[in-house]
Amino acid sequence: MAKKITQKTKNAMPNQDAQRRAHNFEEVAMGYPVDLAVLEAQRCIQCKNNPCVAGCPVEIDIPKFLLQVGERDFEGAYKTLMERNVLPAVCGRVCPQEEQCEVKCTLGVKFEPVAIGRVERFVADYGALMKFTDDTPPAPPTGHKVAVVGSGPAGLTVAADLAKMGHGVTIFEALHKAGGVLVYGIPEFRLPKSIVEHEIDGLKKLGVEIKTSHVIGQTFTVDELFTELGFEAVFIATGAGLPTFPKIPGINLIGVYSANEYLTRSNLMKAYQFPISDTPTIRGKNVAVIGGGNTAMDAVRTALRLGAENAYLVYRRTRAEMPARHEEIEHAEEEGVKIMMLAAPTAILADERSRVRGMQCIRMELGEPDASGRRSPVPQKGSEFELEVDTVVFAIGQGANPLIRNTTPDLPVNKWGNILADDATGATQKSGVFAGGDIVTGGATVISAMGAGRKAARAIDQYLRNPSVDGYSPTDV
Amino acid sequence: MNRILAKDILAPDVVRFWIEGPHIARKRKPGQFVIIRTTEEGERIPLTIADVDKSRGAISIIVQGVGKSTRQLNNLNVGDALLDVAGPLGKATEIHPNSRVCCIGGGIGTAVVYPIACGAKALHGEVVAIVGGRTKDFVILEQELRAVVDQVIVTTDDGSAGTKGLVTDALKALLAEGRTFDEVVAVGPLPMMKAVVAVTKPLGIKTTVSLNPVMVDGTGMCGGCRVSVDGDQKFVCVDGPEFDGHLVDFDELGARLRAYKEQEEESLRLYNERVACRAVVTS
Repeated sequence: MAKKITQKTKNAMPNQDAQRRAHNFEEVAMGYPVDLAVLEAQRCIQCKNNPCVAGCPVEIDIPKFLLQVGERDFEGAYKTLMERNVLPAVCGRVCPQEEQCEVKCTLGVKFEPVAIGRVERFVADYGALMKFTDDTPPAPPTGHKVAVVGSGPAGLTVAADLAKMGHGVTIFEALHKAGGVLVYGIPEFRLPKSIVEHEIDGLKKLGVEIKTSHVIGQTFTVDELFTELGFEAVFIATGAGLPTFPKIPGINLIGVYSANEYLTRSNLMKAYQFPISDTPTIRGKNVAVIGGGNTAMDAVRTALRLGAENAYLVYRRTRAEMPARHEEIEHAEEEGVKIMMLAAPTAILADERSRVRGMQCIRMELGEPDASGRRSPVPQKGSEFELEVDTVVFAIGQGANPLIRNTTPDLPVNKWGNILADDATGATQKSGVFAGGDIVTGGATVISAMGAGRKAARAIDQYLRNPSVDGYSPTDV
Repeated sequence: MNRILAKDILAPDVVRFWIEGPHIARKRKPGQFVIIRTTEEGERIPLTIADVDKSRGAISIIVQGVGKSTRQLNNLNVGDALLDVAGPLGKATEIHPNSRVCCIGGGIGTAVVYPIACGAKALHGEVVAIVGGRTKDFVILEQELRAVVDQVIVTTDDGSAGTKGLVTDALKALLAEGRTFDEVVAVGPLPMMKAVVAVTKPLGIKTTVSLNPVMVDGTGMCGGCRVSVDGDQKFVCVDGPEFDGHLVDFDELGARLRAYKEQEEESLRLYNERVACRAVVTS
C-alpha cells in the first residue's frame, strides 16, 4: 500500500562552495549525512507499480533498498544494491538519474522525484566505510574461461556477473590502471579514484583476474585469446577510444588537445599534481572547450581547476540540446564556466612559437532537425569573431579505436568502426565473441555500458553451456 | 614481472637494459616499441624495443637520459622491476626481402635502426649502416652492427672516430661513388632525419623515418602523438612509428616536441636536487 507523501521536494545535496571548489579537485557533491539519507529514502511512497525499476539499466530493486534505508537497515540496503550493481558508488555519482529512474518516479509526476541516485551513493559510501560485504556464496566453479577486453564499466559488469556464476574471468586492460573511462575520463572531483579502486577490489575478491598493460590487438589478438590462452568466449568492451578533431586549420598547435588527452593527463596521470606527478599538462589562462556533453563539462571544469581565468564552453547549439547531465551544467555555471552557445570554431590561430594564441569562431543559428532529432546548427555568414585563448580542447565525440577491428578481420563493424552486436545479447557475428558498451553504441553513458554488460553475461553464460547455439540475430544497428 | 635482467652503459647517459617480458617478447617484431612507467607518479614514456631474446622471454631497450623520467629509469639496476610495461606497440617495420638498404642512425637513433638492420639482413638484404655521434663516446652499437650488416661507416662531428662529418656527408659520399639503394632508413634527432630526406627526396630514394613525439597512452586513444603525413593526420602510436620521410611535416613535429619544455626543465631540476640531497645524506 502506498505511503503518505512526507516531502514534496528533494533533500538538497550538500555541495562544496562553488568558488572554493572551482580551484580544487576534491569532490563537489559531498554526500548526504545519515539522517538526510533516511529522510530522503522515506519520501518513497512505495507505490504499487514501481516504474523506477524499469528505468534502471541494471534493474536495481529500488523500492526495496529505499525501504531498508528508511528503516535504517543500511547493511540490508547495501546487500540489495550489490545484488544488481557491482559499482553502486560510481552509479550513484555519475548516472543521469533524471533520464532513468527518477524520471519514472511516481512521486515525480506531481512533485520532485525521490533522489534515488543520492541515496544510492549514500548506501554505497556507507557500506564501504563500514566494510559491509556481499555474503552471497559464489556459485561452484564451472571450469569455463572468459576473456574480457577492457576494464571500463561494461567490462567490469560482465566480469562480475560471470564470476558470480562461477566462471573464470580475466580482464585485459591496455592502460596501467583498471577502470577505463572511470579512471581516465571522469575527473576526481566527480568520481574519486579511490572509490573506483575500492569497487574494483570488490571484483578481485569475486575471483576476477585483471591484467593491466595488456593491449589486445597488439600483445595478443582476439584470436590468440582463444587459440593460445584457451579462453572459450571473449567480451569486447574497449570503449569509444578514438578522438575526433575537426578539419580546421591549427589543430596541431601546442595547446590543442582532444578531450581524451586533456582528461587522461589530469585524471589518470594526475597532472594537476605536477611536479609531484611527473606528467605535465598545460595550465591555460584562457581555455576553450568545444562541445556540450559530459566530457566537455568535465574538460571545462578541469580547466578552471588547473587555473584558468576564463574557461569557455563553446557549443554550436543551445542549452536545450546539450546532452550533458543537468547537474554538471548547473555545477559548471556555479563555478564560473562561461557557456557560449550557438558558436563554433573555424580556425585556431598560432603565435610565433606554434602555440595557440586565439580561436576564430562563427555564430550559428538552428535550422532543420538532423538524424539525432536535434535542430541542425547553420553558420551565420559574416558573424565571425575571435576569442582570445591559449588552450583549446575538443570534446566533440569519440570514435571506435581501430586496434581490435584491424587485427580481427572477421569481426564485422559498421561504417564508423563500431562492432555489430545483437542488442539483447551482445553477440557479434564472430563465434564466441560478444561486445558491449561504447565500442558498439558510440559514446554513451557508464550505466548503459553496464546494462550491456549485464545482458551479455547472461548470453555468454548460456553460450558456454551450449556453444552450438549462436546468439547473434541481425538487428538494425 | 618486468624485472631488469641485465644493464650496461653504452655511452654517457645511454643505458641498455634487458627486461623480462615473455608476452611482449613472443610477439615483438622489429620497429615496435613499449610504453614504460617506472614509479607510481611516473609518466608513460615510449621506448623502442632494440632487441629480443624469445627463448629467455626478454626484450632490450636503450635509454638516453635526457629528462627526469629517463634519468630515473637509468638509475635502476639489475633486479629492480619496472612498474608497468605495455607492448609490443606500433606497426612493425615493413621489410622487403632481398633489399639494398642504407640504415642511418644518429646518436640514440641507432638503437632504433639496429633492429631494422637485423630484420633486413634476416630477409637476405644487403645492408650498409651509417652510425653517427657527436664524438666517439656517442657512437653506439658499432660492434653489434658489424656482426650483422655488410658494411658499417662511422661518422663523428669531431673526427674522434671514423670519418669527420655528418651522417649525411657519408650518405652523399656513398651515392657519389655510384652506390644505389632500394631504401634508406634514417632515425635520429629531427634535424638529422630532415637532412637525410633533403638528400634522398630529389633523388627519389624511398626513405623511412621513425618518429618520437610525446605520447601518453600509446594505443591511439588520445591523439597526443599526432603528426601530419602528406597533409593527413596520423597517430605515431598506431599508424607508425615509421613513416615515409618525404611526407612527414618535421617542422610541426619539432614544434610539438617543445610543448612541455618548461615543465620538463622544472621536473629535471627538482629531481637533480633530490638526488644531490640524497647523495649528501647517504655519504
